[in-house]
Amino acid sequence: MQLILRGISHRYGGTNVLEDISFAVGDGEIVCIVGPSGCGKSTLLRIAGGLERPDAGEVLVAGTAPDGSLNPLTYIFQDFALLPWRTVAGNVSLVLEDHGIEAKKRRAIIDDVLSRTNLSDFSHALPRQLSGGMKQRVAIARALAVKPAIMLMDEPLSALDSQTRELLMDDLVALWQRERFSACYVTHNLAEAVRLGRRIVVLSRRPGRIREVVEIDMPLTERPGRLVELEKLQRRVWEIMREEAREADREISDVT
Amino acid sequence: MSHEAAAEGRERAEEDVAAREAARPVPFRGGGFTHRRLGPVAPIVFLAIIALWEVGSRTGAISPVALPAPSEALGALADLVATGMLWKHVGASLYRLSLGWALGSLLGISVGLMIGLFSLARAGLLPLVSALFPIPKIALLPLFIIWFGIGEGSKVATILFGTFFPTVIATYGGVDNVDRNLIRMGQSFGLSWLSIVRKIIIPGAMPAILSGFRISASIAIVLLVAAEMIGAETGIGAYILMAGALFALDQLIAGVALLSTLGLAIAWLIGRTERALLAWRA
Repeated sequence: MQLILRGISHRYGGTNVLEDISFAVGDGEIVCIVGPSGCGKSTLLRIAGGLERPDAGEVLVAGTAPDGSLNPLTYIFQDFALLPWRTVAGNVSLVLEDHGIEAKKRRAIIDDVLSRTNLSDFSHALPRQLSGGMKQRVAIARALAVKPAIMLMDEPLSALDSQTRELLMDDLVALWQRERFSACYVTHNLAEAVRLGRRIVVLSRRPGRIREVVEIDMPLTERPGRLVELEKLQRRVWEIMREEAREADREISDVT
Repeated sequence: MSHEAAAEGRERAEEDVAAREAARPVPFRGGGFTHRRLGPVAPIVFLAIIALWEVGSRTGAISPVALPAPSEALGALADLVATGMLWKHVGASLYRLSLGWALGSLLGISVGLMIGLFSLARAGLLPLVSALFPIPKIALLPLFIIWFGIGEGSKVATILFGTFFPTVIATYGGVDNVDRNLIRMGQSFGLSWLSIVRKIIIPGAMPAILSGFRISASIAIVLLVAAEMIGAETGIGAYILMAGALFALDQLIAGVALLSTLGLAIAWLIGRTERALLAWRA
């Protein structure tokens, strides 16, 4: 399934946050969106998944979702968004309960996604008992349970320490190898962007416009072995962003 | 680092220090400002006060006209048990309290949820709640007697209105404080409106609702006694009023002790409920 954004513009109060953004996420493609803080990355992602209405432009999906997809556009949030009063299994169950799936089948789906994310031993744990990395794994398991066609990831690794981030990045790559989901991946971490992105959309500071789209034609599995080349790409993206980031840093913000 | 290397490093560090000046420990400055659980302290304080009071009464330091001895109050309580009046009074009070508090809480939670969820309800009802909350409900008792009769109705209504408003405010405050990201998560997974309310908003507001219960239960006890002092034959309030009219101070103290026990029991029950429903917080 493909996700197409056409001419998206958005303003909060009197401030333009996004201006004329157009790009598409192809089948099985990971598109990273990077930009200086406050450039409207997260707003763009909320618009992409239909959680917010843009002032202008439209978001379209093309193609059919895979069989049994309960929620084609599925988010992974930076703060995990787990219900603290539900166990790991209960949190996954939450997103299945509204679809009239019989209890036995639901149980099977939960067991399956928990084993795919190596969480089977934690199914009765509460979120507060888990580390940040484990919480995000639960959120990923929850997303897998609804068989998404396109994942919308809002800085999914930003709340984690750098070691956990590395581990989860490997998990994500392995997962993508198996499932070949499409993804729109918002991040401010350029290392993540060059490790995961097939294309990197670089946004300017507020109002966010597309500065440049960097293509990376290197299979995901080869990337850990070709870090020198990635390093160059990362520096190139940073060169594009540097001035924007400096200016953005000096702005007075009244929009979050 | 190997053990030898560690030991070597330590030795070197010690030599460095010794070279400069004699080493002394860094003074401890943390600690304090945290609470420990001290289980037996509460009963000891309680018993000590009663013992002191008893001794004071026995030695004549406390005049029996001013304050009867605890043993006399205990005697009055024993009389109540012996005549079978204890259950009559406590039973009548418990009936009014539980009915009034349950109805008031139920209505309060419903209206609080409406105010929390619907803009129209918030615009229409919140000013009304703010206008009616500060009125002492006991001032309205004559009105309630006309509306609901001199019997149980007016007493239950007083308690109902007294618990209704704090519950409304606690509930809508709790709904407002539910993490918006959790609601957005629910929407992003296509959960129905009812599911979001039932599985995300109500559990999220539960801590605030339960603290509201603590307040509304205390208000309910105060109003219970006040309502029972006007036009009631049974109930702890009526018993205290009667004792006061006869200057039977031992009975008065016995009645007050019953109220304290009731308050403690309710606080304990709410504590248990909190522990059961909010185990996820810990």
